[in-house]
Amino acid sequence: MRKFSLLDHELIPKHEIMSEDELKAILKTYNIGKEQLPKIKIEDPVIQEIGAQAGEVVRITRNSQTAGQAFYYRHVIA
Amino acid sequence: MKDLPSIPKRIGAIKFGLLSPREVRKMSVTSIITADTYDDDGYPIDMGLMDLRLGVIDPGLKCKTCGSRAGECPGHFGHIELVAPVIHVGFNKTIRKTLRSICHNCSRLLLEAGKKDEFLARLDSSREMGHLPDDIVNEVFKEARKTKVCPYCSAEQKEIKFEKPTDYIEDGHKLTPTEIRDRFENIPDEDVKVLGMDPSSARPEWMVLTVLPVPPVTVRPSITLESGQRSEDDLTHKLVDIIRINQRFQENRDAGAPQLIIEDLWELLQYHVTTFFDNEVSGVPPARHRSGRPLKTLTQRLKGKEGRFRGSLSGKRVNFSARTVVSPEPNLSINEVGVPFEIARQMTIPEKVTSRNIELLRMYVERGSEVHPGANYVIRDDGRRIRVSEINKEELMEKIEIGWTVERQLMDGDIVLFNRQPSLHKMSIMAHRVKVLPYKTFRLNPAVCPPYNADFDGDEMNMHVLQTEESRAEASILMQVQENILSPRFGGPIIGGIHDHISGLFLLTRNENRITKNDALELLSKSDIRVLPEPASYSEDGEPLWNGKQIFSQILPKGLYLEFPSQVCFKCDTCKKKDCEYDAYVVIEDGEMIQGTIDEQAIGAFKGKILDKIVKEYGSDAGARFVDDFTRLAIRGVMKTGLSFGISDEDIPQTAKVQIGNLLNEAEGRVKKLIEAYEAKELEALPGRTLEETIEMKIMQELGKARDQTGNIAGRQLGLENSAVLMAKSGARGSMLNLTQMAACVGQQAVRGERIRRGYSGRTLPHFDKGDLGADAHGFVKSSYKSGLNPTEYFFHAIGGREGLVDTAVRTSQSGYLQRRLVNALQDLEVQYDGSVRETRGVVVQFKYGEDGIDSTKSDYSKPEAVHRIVRMVTGREVN
Repeated sequence: MRKFSLLDHELIPKHEIMSEDELKAILKTYNIGKEQLPKIKIEDPVIQEIGAQAGEVVRITRNSQTAGQAFYYRHVIA
Repeated sequence: MKDLPSIPKRIGAIKFGLLSPREVRKMSVTSIITADTYDDDGYPIDMGLMDLRLGVIDPGLKCKTCGSRAGECPGHFGHIELVAPVIHVGFNKTIRKTLRSICHNCSRLLLEAGKKDEFLARLDSSREMGHLPDDIVNEVFKEARKTKVCPYCSAEQKEIKFEKPTDYIEDGHKLTPTEIRDRFENIPDEDVKVLGMDPSSARPEWMVLTVLPVPPVTVRPSITLESGQRSEDDLTHKLVDIIRINQRFQENRDAGAPQLIIEDLWELLQYHVTTFFDNEVSGVPPARHRSGRPLKTLTQRLKGKEGRFRGSLSGKRVNFSARTVVSPEPNLSINEVGVPFEIARQMTIPEKVTSRNIELLRMYVERGSEVHPGANYVIRDDGRRIRVSEINKEELMEKIEIGWTVERQLMDGDIVLFNRQPSLHKMSIMAHRVKVLPYKTFRLNPAVCPPYNADFDGDEMNMHVLQTEESRAEASILMQVQENILSPRFGGPIIGGIHDHISGLFLLTRNENRITKNDALELLSKSDIRVLPEPASYSEDGEPLWNGKQIFSQILPKGLYLEFPSQVCFKCDTCKKKDCEYDAYVVIEDGEMIQGTIDEQAIGAFKGKILDKIVKEYGSDAGARFVDDFTRLAIRGVMKTGLSFGISDEDIPQTAKVQIGNLLNEAEGRVKKLIEAYEAKELEALPGRTLEETIEMKIMQELGKARDQTGNIAGRQLGLENSAVLMAKSGARGSMLNLTQMAACVGQQAVRGERIRRGYSGRTLPHFDKGDLGADAHGFVKSSYKSGLNPTEYFFHAIGGREGLVDTAVRTSQSGYLQRRLVNALQDLEVQYDGSVRETRGVVVQFKYGEDGIDSTKSDYSKPEAVHRIVRMVTGREVN
């Protein structure tokens, strides 16, 4: 069976690893530490797919019923 | 801003263990050896159950352990040395499993060394993952039980039978607690670990008690009856029993009594200790009080709805509250609640005496507690509460000085919380202003029924009197009814006109009502209207006449522009808007109602477009005023015309009845044809359905269509002059379907969305042939409620009706539990000032509330029309 990229599936929103600077900016706007972000396990299929490491933060861009497009940030944990 | 510490506090772990005999003795302040409680002078006996070292409950005495007085001393544990060990009922399950998995000879766990290591490793890893060890431990028990010969001492294993409540029988011989304890003592620590226990905090032998902790007296306080007699707590009674038997056991054993007697006493001791922990163990007769009432022992205190957890910790009782039946009072504001005089006299509000209010408060005290706006209590500056009575009121009035507090009775204008259970949303508890009224019910404006989901068929509601300035301020700013007109659920009004309000304004505003000056003034008499507009017309005698739309316009705020189709709208393909020939398009210009008819779409609860706009544009004060005004206007309006409904309103002409009869017969004929086609196997199955499903669907469709058609026939006979039609079309109450069922045909009765099939084999009732697929054999009711149902129809109707009742009962309980789980999971989430939703540790749940950060009650449904409106209002130009 041909393997396809999970990210191509219509139900999976865009996931991307955030750069150090972006992360800093986000943490500053919300005045929080990385631990206070929602978590996501490193074994999560999407995380495996994009190859994020524990301690990194991914930005998820979702289509939203109310806002059109919404951002969500999740802290990758082991 | 400085970086905050990320997650502030976290519970690392919670560990449960067993109390070891050593620990029991260590925490005990005294051994209890005598069953007596008080001596002849009523003084607690040393080393008795009321020993002063266990804590104090009598005022005046001092605790011998900590030196504190009653109320401060938390109490201290004592202990009873049991003469012989007994089993702790709470651990019966574990004891049984453990006994079966260890060797009766060498007490080793009946598993090979390799197996043990394997299980240990699995337990360790599961602990690391944060999983529960239960499943693995149960597997250990299951595996070990299978072993028939001990791998260590080669002893053959015997079956151990458990007999309720506390007997273990091995090979026909009953194991004594001592034997069990000995076996457990010999289990090596490594084996205990495999059983999922931590030997440092929970050795298996501790499940067999040798020493019993005695709870402090503060846990089992005695009460002094009026007769001066002392009445002990149930736990104390049980402890007395235990000590007595313990002593008798000791004496008998020391005297060398026969084995039989010893065994009996041992069993008795076991019984008392068992019932001390749990008086509802199956197989044990519950220990009873002298009166025959079963004792409430430890387990009973904690368990169930009235137990410590659900009854005392999760829920508590409150003071300053009242409950009674509610009834309607349309002349009250929606912000008010009518409080019965008798309740107002008992409820109090504490008011601090200052130089500004001392004279006023003196007046309340002077009136005493008998005359209404009086005072019930006075609190001195040293905190003493003094009841105001007829005897001391004059004296108290003189003594009052600044710094005291007067608890005055509830008066008009005080703010209180009003609540109806089930409290499912925030609008179930709202703040109202008090209006003291005669009679014995709470009165409320019927327009606030929808948020409470209240009606007046005997509903009761609760009132809570706020006791502090802060709470009153918070309640009046956040919780007042007018602040909750718009529901955050859908951003529209949840408060609004119901029933008569809608009928009333519908009757008033439809057509060109001719209203004389007298009538106009009477209609508006309860509103703050002082000037009537230019009359719309004049009568032949030159008398000025107004119309209903003009009258309604008087309560609309100036500058209100609004257009919308009303409930009676016919949903034409292209809406003619302002040229609507049915007067079903409402146009309001500058607070002036130009055309249309007011109905549910305009002022109804959950819908009310006008109310919605007024609250969003003019604020909650104007919103509340509008609701108050239109409820009063509507009630007077409906009284002017009158609106009644009787059995004769369901009458339809004979010709229509014949038409309906013919229509139903034709439908039956078509159903018969369908059945014939089905039986001749000529029927084509619909895609994805069997032939049986297809014919059922087609029959249902046919009959449904027939019912609707009868409704149309009946509807043609009954016009808007019929009050039921009027109510249905305006949205006040009922539907055209209800009317169809009353006047024309009740229609198909269904169970689970299908025609009725259950009953005898092959048929629903003996009145029909087996295999009959006809309409009447499967619950089609041709009759109307007016004409009456025949016996088979009546029976089918009862089946369908019962399903409806069961459905509602099941739905409420299920959705209630679902709601509870949701609330428990979400209760600590909070929208922060930056728009994010966080829980208590500051962990973000949503980065923006609802992803768009919008408060639905403040938004105008995010429609482009909203912008057009604003542009029009500001510049006076049309934009598109």
